[in-house]
Amino acid sequence: MGEITTSLMLAGELVASGDARLASIVTLSLQVSLSATLLACLIGMPLGALLAVGRFPGRHTLIVLFNGLMGLPPVVVGLLVYLLLSRAGPLGQFGLLFTPAAMIIAQTILIVPIVAALARQSVEDAWREYREQLRSLGASRLRAAMTLLWDGRFSLTTSGLAGFGRAIAEVGAVMIVGGNIDGVTRVMTTTIALETSKGDLPLALALGLILIAVVLAVNTAAFMLRQWAEQRWG
Amino acid sequence: MTRLRTLLAACCTTALLLATGAAAQARFITVASTTSTEQSGLFGHLLPVFTKASGIKVRVVALGTGQALDMARRGDADVVFVHDQAAEEKFVADGHGVSRQGVMYNDFVLIGPRSDPARTAGKDILESLRRIETMKAPFVSRGDKSGTHAAELRYWKAAGVDLDGKKGPWYRDTGSGMGPALNTAASMNAYLLADRGSWLAFRNRGALGIVVAGDTRLFNQYGVILVNPARHPHVKQADGQKFIDWLLSAAGQKIIADYKIDGEQLFFPSASRLTH
Repeated sequence: MGEITTSLMLAGELVASGDARLASIVTLSLQVSLSATLLACLIGMPLGALLAVGRFPGRHTLIVLFNGLMGLPPVVVGLLVYLLLSRAGPLGQFGLLFTPAAMIIAQTILIVPIVAALARQSVEDAWREYREQLRSLGASRLRAAMTLLWDGRFSLTTSGLAGFGRAIAEVGAVMIVGGNIDGVTRVMTTTIALETSKGDLPLALALGLILIAVVLAVNTAAFMLRQWAEQRWG
Repeated sequence: MTRLRTLLAACCTTALLLATGAAAQARFITVASTTSTEQSGLFGHLLPVFTKASGIKVRVVALGTGQALDMARRGDADVVFVHDQAAEEKFVADGHGVSRQGVMYNDFVLIGPRSDPARTAGKDILESLRRIETMKAPFVSRGDKSGTHAAELRYWKAAGVDLDGKKGPWYRDTGSGMGPALNTAASMNAYLLADRGSWLAFRNRGALGIVVAGDTRLFNQYGVILVNPARHPHVKQADGQKFIDWLLSAAGQKIIADYKIDGEQLFFPSASRLTH
């Protein structure tokens, strides 16, 4: 118990002191994971909507595949992206390994299935309800998918947030493709892993508490934004 | 729908801005090194001085020696800075590195419960390992092909303990870095081999302490190698060589000697080109 109290106080002190290194690590965490979330939404949401309204062979297989890939192990994604971006790999000439861009790529791959699977479910529910209406208006399936996406945009924030939560919390992928380089690719989770390695458990836990607070803040912001937007345009 | 399109365009632009902004680059080299040099705080002490003198930033990826050499073999580093002489020489002989130079040394220490149930304390590492095996005292192994793991296996072999035959539940192969292995040993009150630097910088010691130190066989030599530009053309040869030359210079060697934790020196300069 003593250690947990120490961590709580340490977390408070770290935040209050406005530690510049901590601020830059938190900023990088947010930059990487928010970018990955944006990209994953751009890829995953249309994909999910097409899976929901489309009728084509292999659709069920794809649905099961995306559901299953929600459980992609981060370390495997990290390894895969590492081998792709390594100088000896097929995309080696771009020199992306050990950069924030590599971390964004890895996290995007990690969370596209989550965003797509959740978007598919919510669009499919809406499709069931509005199918006849959309058909009578003569909308093509593609058009219907896009309309339902736009229509369900407020409830789709949850699938984006689920992806974001997974991205900012994972350590396996960013550790491998980022290399945890001080001042370049060191994010919250890799810092926590590093401090744990050094045996500074109270500091590691304090950083963990700060990470949780940051995730809560992002979710609060998203919630308020959604309420405001719903009132304005809903 | 137009609004959806505007939103999408805005998202794309933001994502691109974030990605490019985050990847902004200065003049730098990438060094594959070990957890001991990074986690002991040596690099935090050493690198700012080099960067100030040369204008070259050093990006350190800290891994076990085996993994660091593998990373360099794939061409993902400009310089390797590790501690497993046999593996380093093989790396150079295979044409992956230009040449290997000794930079500094410290020593391995046998860590164990301060109460020392297997009565291993002393200056003879081989005798201590034999006692641990005889008493079946819990022993934590890195098991990760790191420099320290390679050294541990060498000592068991030299002690005449055939691990493959005698490995039992007392021998815990953790497959983890120095820090996590120390955490594991601290929580199960086990023995383990550690480099002195990592031990001195380690905070979660529990009931553990140094039980064997000072055996000349515990010598731990760190070497530095420039990755072969002939094999990997993108290797930053000039800047990498500058870093190596600086490490081996009188100035670099002095900075290494100056690094202390609680008044205790962690690494001892040993550049071969210095005469003293």
